[in-house]
Amino acid sequence: MTRRVVITGVGAVTPLGVGAEPLIERWAAGECGISDGTGRCREFEPLDHLSKKDLRRMDRFAQMAAVAAGEAAEQAGFGEELPYEPHRVGCVIGTGIGGLPSLEQNQRKLIESGEKAVSPLAVPLMMGNAAAAALAMRHGLKGQCYGVVSACAAGAHAIGDASRIIRAGDADAVVAGGAEAAITGVAVAAFGAMEATSRSGISRPFDARRDGFVIGEGAGVLILEEKAAAEARGAEILGELLGYAATCDAFHLTAPQPQGAEAARAIELALADAGVAPVDVDYVNAHGTSTPLNDHSETMALKLALGERAGEVPVSSTKSAIGHLLGAAGAVEAIATVEALRRRTAPPTVGWEERDAELDLDYVPGTAKPIENGSGPLVAISNSFGFGGHNAVLCLAA
Amino acid sequence: MATPVTAENVEEKIYDGLVELGAERDELTREATLEDLDVDSLDLVELAQIVEDEFGVELRGDDVKNVKTVGEVISLVVTKSG
Repeated sequence: MTRRVVITGVGAVTPLGVGAEPLIERWAAGECGISDGTGRCREFEPLDHLSKKDLRRMDRFAQMAAVAAGEAAEQAGFGEELPYEPHRVGCVIGTGIGGLPSLEQNQRKLIESGEKAVSPLAVPLMMGNAAAAALAMRHGLKGQCYGVVSACAAGAHAIGDASRIIRAGDADAVVAGGAEAAITGVAVAAFGAMEATSRSGISRPFDARRDGFVIGEGAGVLILEEKAAAEARGAEILGELLGYAATCDAFHLTAPQPQGAEAARAIELALADAGVAPVDVDYVNAHGTSTPLNDHSETMALKLALGERAGEVPVSSTKSAIGHLLGAAGAVEAIATVEALRRRTAPPTVGWEERDAELDLDYVPGTAKPIENGSGPLVAISNSFGFGGHNAVLCLAA
Repeated sequence: MATPVTAENVEEKIYDGLVELGAERDELTREATLEDLDVDSLDLVELAQIVEDEFGVELRGDDVKNVKTVGEVISLVVTKSG
């Protein structure tokens, strides 16, 4: 019997607030959480959610993952006791960079005060798998548990991997997502040095005036379960992960392949995995970074993969409202996609005003628009691409 | 200059350090066990760093591995300084 993967809980910490609800509601209302050129989670007060000891044991990205996972687990009805035998529950959390603030702090201590000043917690705080390990300890998850590192595709890769673990029968549920908190001196300077970030400090994906991405931070965590098992325990099903695929450009360390060939291939494979035809795609949650290169090659990829349907389907970028959450982006955007489908609405690409002659899709300018396609479940794809040429695509229904 | 190693000074610093690590101040007594305070091996290494910064007394992992109570940590620091 084919094992299917459903979503029974979602949680998010984003520049639009703490929770999946403010993320979708505020984005759909056309609000933007970016200020002073960064997408910081200004409403996130760690001590409101975590103990002082928890805070010392987790870098900011893992703290955000813990809060997002708490929200998702509560919605899914994961109480003190897991609804499954603990070895049947896994955890896969993506990140682009990991605990960069801890690395920078300890590097400073090493230079200023010598080796003995370096914290014994430096390694467990900075390691890229720290969020996955922290969630496993907090929730007693004893199945497969690891971090995924693929730059800005990490969140989507993590969810995709998690779905494969369930489909292969290695787990009945997986806590999956992505987390990033790397708005630090080194990261901001480095992205600036490579001219990837916006000099204007404005995230306006697909707009002719776009000049780079706006760095953001946050976390998104989903509870994925095997469909029959979720139904048997009476869980509320928010949506289904119909398909997933990933490819690599093998082209350039940072620039996407200009024609979007391998990104298109990932979209085609994800649709094939889902058993969905291009004509059945109701919404596209774009990677849409606001960089000149990505938004062009992504548009090309959508046309290649979806054909005529590319010109009909609404395409919008969550990054217009929260900036680029790097390794958390794919997970937060998967949540935004499911919630958009549940509301049967395509939220806008906030701030899109000026058409780029070569970018001619419906980027949902101005305000959200209803997705009209009967009353059955709607289908969307959520694209994530990362430095290194990584392409990961999720096909979701709700 | 390192702070003089008296039992009072060490107690004060270790209590401060434990609060910094997440323990509740009103739970701190010399009899309180590290286990009850949820102080594990990683916390002890951090506490050892605080002690060394303040008193110049170096505690290694082997020194603290059998320590059970807050009072024993304080006595260890005072003994090692002598």
